[in-house]
Amino acid sequence: MKKIRIGAGAGYSGDRIEPAVELAEKGRLNYLAFECLAERTIALAQQARMKDPKAGFDPLLEERMRAVLPACHRNGVTLITNMGAANPQSAAEKTREIAKSLGLAGLKIAYVTGDDVLEAVKASDLPILENGESIRTLDGKMISANAYLGVAPILEALKAGANVVITGRVADPALFLAPLIHEFGWSLEDWDKLGKGTLIGHLLECAGQITGGYFADPGFKNVDDLAHLGFPIAEVSEDGTAIITKVEGSGGKVVPATCKEQMLYEIHDPHTYYTPDVIADFSAVTMTEIAPDQVRVEGATGRARSATLKVSVGYRDGYIGEGQMSYAGPGCVARGKLALEIVEKRLALMGVKFSEIRADLIGVNAIHGRSTDVEHNEVRVRVAARTDSMKEAVRIGNEVETLYTNGPAGGGGATKSAKEVIAILSVLLPRESVKAAVSHVEV
Amino acid sequence: MKVRDLAHSRTGDKGNTSNISVIAFDEKNYELLRKHLTPEAVKKHFDWVVRGDVVRYELPQLGALNFVMTRTLGGGVTRSLALDAHGKCLSSYLLEFTIPDVGQ
Repeated sequence: MKKIRIGAGAGYSGDRIEPAVELAEKGRLNYLAFECLAERTIALAQQARMKDPKAGFDPLLEERMRAVLPACHRNGVTLITNMGAANPQSAAEKTREIAKSLGLAGLKIAYVTGDDVLEAVKASDLPILENGESIRTLDGKMISANAYLGVAPILEALKAGANVVITGRVADPALFLAPLIHEFGWSLEDWDKLGKGTLIGHLLECAGQITGGYFADPGFKNVDDLAHLGFPIAEVSEDGTAIITKVEGSGGKVVPATCKEQMLYEIHDPHTYYTPDVIADFSAVTMTEIAPDQVRVEGATGRARSATLKVSVGYRDGYIGEGQMSYAGPGCVARGKLALEIVEKRLALMGVKFSEIRADLIGVNAIHGRSTDVEHNEVRVRVAARTDSMKEAVRIGNEVETLYTNGPAGGGGATKSAKEVIAILSVLLPRESVKAAVSHVEV
Repeated sequence: MKVRDLAHSRTGDKGNTSNISVIAFDEKNYELLRKHLTPEAVKKHFDWVVRGDVVRYELPQLGALNFVMTRTLGGGVTRSLALDAHGKCLSSYLLEFTIPDVGQ
């Protein structure tokens, strides 16, 4: 039976780069996919593009491509990534420039556009999925609207012989599902196969999170050599079963426990996982350890895809101001609590306008929201508040900082920040109204 | 006994919804976990942060439960005021849930 080996070269845009090089060099791969586009990232990229028409793709694209292209080219590994973010065309042109400078010839670079549906969404009156209100409530605040594309444009690029495929917003698993469909000739309506391929994509898309990253808990779950964590490989058979593994000798581990944690990561109902290509069903999946660092995954199914595509809408959502200060040694919790009281009183006295506030003691209650009787040797005061303007946001951190000379004894290490918030909401668009396009540049 | 003695866990976030898996180290303890980690008990355990509902999904063949908690993340990672805006540390809190010792 024909087998295809796909690797995952990144789990997010800032991920380690050398594990991807290791995969390209030693993974005996056919494909290497990089998922680098978090929900909000594309809105930030869109802002960058508005300032500079050549910008708006992944800030690490150049470093990644320089590192992995030579081995991919040498070993015939096709590279698929959503590092195009808000500007796939410029990302492709930059990649061509890099390939040229590396002396790589005969490279076909495809880029996918059409996920940007900002104008259509702006002109609509669609309901927001999260709160049921009209999208018009975001009038004047919207920055970006990108539809989650499915496998179709990536398939088109692969059929045309692309060695590198660069997209903007596509469903994360589609980066992995598309090459499987392409290689095995699966029908786009073979829902069970698409369900199986979607599971493989979902398992791989966070890279190190299935090979022992984000797993270690000393004494309970031990993982060796996380500093050299190997990124995952799926060896996929034509029937859609897969063996999850990693490069021999790399750090980390692949066992059913790591695979199970990743399967349920960001999943709600395991019977019903919506993607643009299929509604996947992971409810009957089994995981079997067949050798060290080899887990066989099977049993995913699927049913017919929905008529709509999900669209992520990025919008300006006010500002957050924040300040922090540490207290240590005897009485640190009492001094920290006093500091919080002082800041809250000061914000009221000064008439600082905010709509929501949090006042936490890091080390005591900032994460798990409770006080304990444990003796604390150090705590960190943190105040964060939501404001309508940058000017008001700056005043939050300032009031924390003034604790230095006006607050309790022994405060140290003050930090402050103020930022604009770019938040994300979603709408659904009819599938037919989103038109993807594939273009090429060549070296 | 704590859930941590029997199972491991990972949190994921989507918008204002958090999901937390609980996966038995040994599948023979799945039923014990299922018995005690009811959606009601988990909602009570997280009453300081969950403002919506807790729904439980069961995957017996993996020895796993998946808890989906709505209105839990202060509006979601893109706008939350929380230090841990993803709510990634919530899994560690579920591992502290107390399971009565077998035989009691």
